[in-house]
Amino acid sequence: MRRLSIARREALTDLWLAGPATTVMLLFVFVPVVIVAVLSFTDYQFGAGSFAWIGLDNYARLFGSTLGQRAIANTLTYVAIVIPLSVGFGLAVALGLHRMMAWAPWLSHTLRTIYFLPVAATLVAMSVAWQMVLHPSLGVVNQTLASLGGTPQDWLSDRGLVLYTLAAIGIWQTVGYNMVLFLAGLVAIPPELYDAADVDGAGHGWSRFSTVTWPMLGPTTLFVLVVTATNAFRVFETVATLTRGGPAFASDTLVYALYREGFVYFKAGYASAITMVFFAFLLVLTLAQFRIVEKRVHYR
Amino acid sequence: MIRSFFSRAVSTLLLFAGAAVILLPFVWMLSLAFKPRDEIFSSRVQLLPSRLEWNNFVVALTETDVPLFLWNGFVVVGGILAFQILFAVPCSYALAQRRFRGRTFVFGLVLAALLVPFHVTAIPIFLGFAKAGILNSYGALILPFVPTAFGIFLFRQFFSQLPPDLFDAARVDGLSETAIVWRIAFPLALPAATAFAIFSITAHWNDLFWPLIATTDPHLATPPRGILYFRDQESGDDVGPLMAAALIITAPLVIAFLLAQRKFTQGLAAGGLKG
Repeated sequence: MRRLSIARREALTDLWLAGPATTVMLLFVFVPVVIVAVLSFTDYQFGAGSFAWIGLDNYARLFGSTLGQRAIANTLTYVAIVIPLSVGFGLAVALGLHRMMAWAPWLSHTLRTIYFLPVAATLVAMSVAWQMVLHPSLGVVNQTLASLGGTPQDWLSDRGLVLYTLAAIGIWQTVGYNMVLFLAGLVAIPPELYDAADVDGAGHGWSRFSTVTWPMLGPTTLFVLVVTATNAFRVFETVATLTRGGPAFASDTLVYALYREGFVYFKAGYASAITMVFFAFLLVLTLAQFRIVEKRVHYR
Repeated sequence: MIRSFFSRAVSTLLLFAGAAVILLPFVWMLSLAFKPRDEIFSSRVQLLPSRLEWNNFVVALTETDVPLFLWNGFVVVGGILAFQILFAVPCSYALAQRRFRGRTFVFGLVLAALLVPFHVTAIPIFLGFAKAGILNSYGALILPFVPTAFGIFLFRQFFSQLPPDLFDAARVDGLSETAIVWRIAFPLALPAATAFAIFSITAHWNDLFWPLIATTDPHLATPPRGILYFRDQESGDDVGPLMAAALIITAPLVIAFLLAQRKFTQGLAAGGLKG
C-alpha cells in the first residue's frame, strides 16, 4: 500500500466503499430492466432454447385481447375506487382524531393505533382472515346479513362483486397509513392561522376547514394521493390469496397477470410486455411523486 | 355548547364505527382461532367462543410446518436486512462525506433505481437464477433485495447532515475509512437505521410475490407463502388451526408495532417515499 500514491489510495477506498453497492444495483436493477424491455419484443418462453423477434406483437396482444384489456380495466377500476375512498376516509379519520386530541387524548391515541393495525399486519394472513369473514355460509358478514333479513352474497366468487370486495379490503388496509400522513400535516398547521380565522369570523366548522385546514393540507393531500395510487397499482397479495384473478378473470390485475403469464404459463415474452406497461404507469406516478416531495414543505 | 357536544358525539360514534370495521377481520381471526370445531361450523352469529380452544394452536404448531415457516421468515428477513445494511451504509457514507469521480453518477443510479418497482425486475432475475441453478434456496429469496436504493438514499440523507470535521478528527486519530463507517458513522445513524430496519422487515416478512416465484419447495416457504400451502392443503376442515396459524404469523409484527408505535409509524411512513 505504501507505494501507492495518495490519489490512488483514495480512489481505491472510494471503490471499496461505493463499489459493492453500485455493482449489486447494476446487477439486480438496471441489467434486469434492460433485459425485460428487450424480452418484451420477443416470443421467448422459459426453458426454450431460442426466441424470435416479434416486434410489438406482445403489446398488441395485451391491448387487443379481451383478457389483456380486462386486466388493465380491472386495475384502473380498482385504483379508481381505492384512491378517493382511502384518501377520503384517511382524511376524515385524521380530522376526527386530531379534534379528539383536545378532549380525550388517550382515546384518540388508541383509535389511531387501531386504524394503523392493518398497515403493520401481514396482508396474506389477514386476507385468509377476510376469506373467513366473507365466507358464503360461515362468515360473519353473511350471517349478520341473514339475521337482519338481507340476502347473503358470494363476495369473492360473484363476478360482479369480486373487484369491489378486493377494493374494500385494499381501502381497509391503507386508510391507517393515509391517516398518519394527514395527522402529521394537521399537527404542522400553525395555530395562529386558526386564531386569525377566528378573528375573521371563520372559526367554526366548515368555514374553518375550507379557509385554513384544507389549503394548508394541500401538499400533504397531493403526496397521499400519489402514494395511494402507486400502492393500489401494485395490488397482488389479496388477488393471489383470495381469487387468483377469478372468477373468469373478473379480478385479474396487471401484476397478477404478469405473475400468471410469466411464472405459471412461463410466457416470458408476453409477461415482459405486461411488466413494461405496469412500469410505464408507475413511472408516471413516481415521477409525479418525486416532484411533489421536492416541492413539499417539510412538516416532519 | 350543546352544538359542539353534539358534533363531538357524532364524530366519536363514526370513529368507533370505522374502528369496528378495521378490527373486524382481527376479531374474527381471534374468535375462530379459539373456537371449538362445532362452533366454527355453526350458522349462528357468535363472536365469542363458549370456551377457549387452545388445541387449534397446538395443531398449528405441532402438526403443520408453521414453526418452519416462521424460521424461514427470520432467516430471510434477517439475511436481507444484514446484507442491505452491509452494502448500503459504506456507499451512502462515501456519497455523503467523500468527493470522488463518479459520485454524481452513482447517486444518479440510486435515484433512478428508486423508480423501479421490484416487480419489474422479477422475470430477468428469475431467468438468471434458473440458469445459475439457485432457485429454491435461501439465497434466491435474499439476493434480489440486497441492493436497496431506498436504504442508500435514507442513509445518505442522514450522513450528509453530520459535520465533516467529525470525520476529519477520526482520520487524524488514524482510523481507516472502513473503521470510520462502522465505528463512527453507523452508530450515529441508528435512528435512520431503525426506521429502515422496520420498513425492510415489514416489507419482506409480508412479501408474497417473490417467494411465490422463487421457491416451489414448501420447506423454504416464508410465512405468507407457507400459510397459503396450509390453506390449500386443508379442505375447509381445519379452519380453527388455519386461523391460529394466520394469527401466529402476523403476531410478531403486530406485537412489535404495539410495543414501538412511534418508531413503526415513522419507519413505514418513510417507506412511502420509496417508489
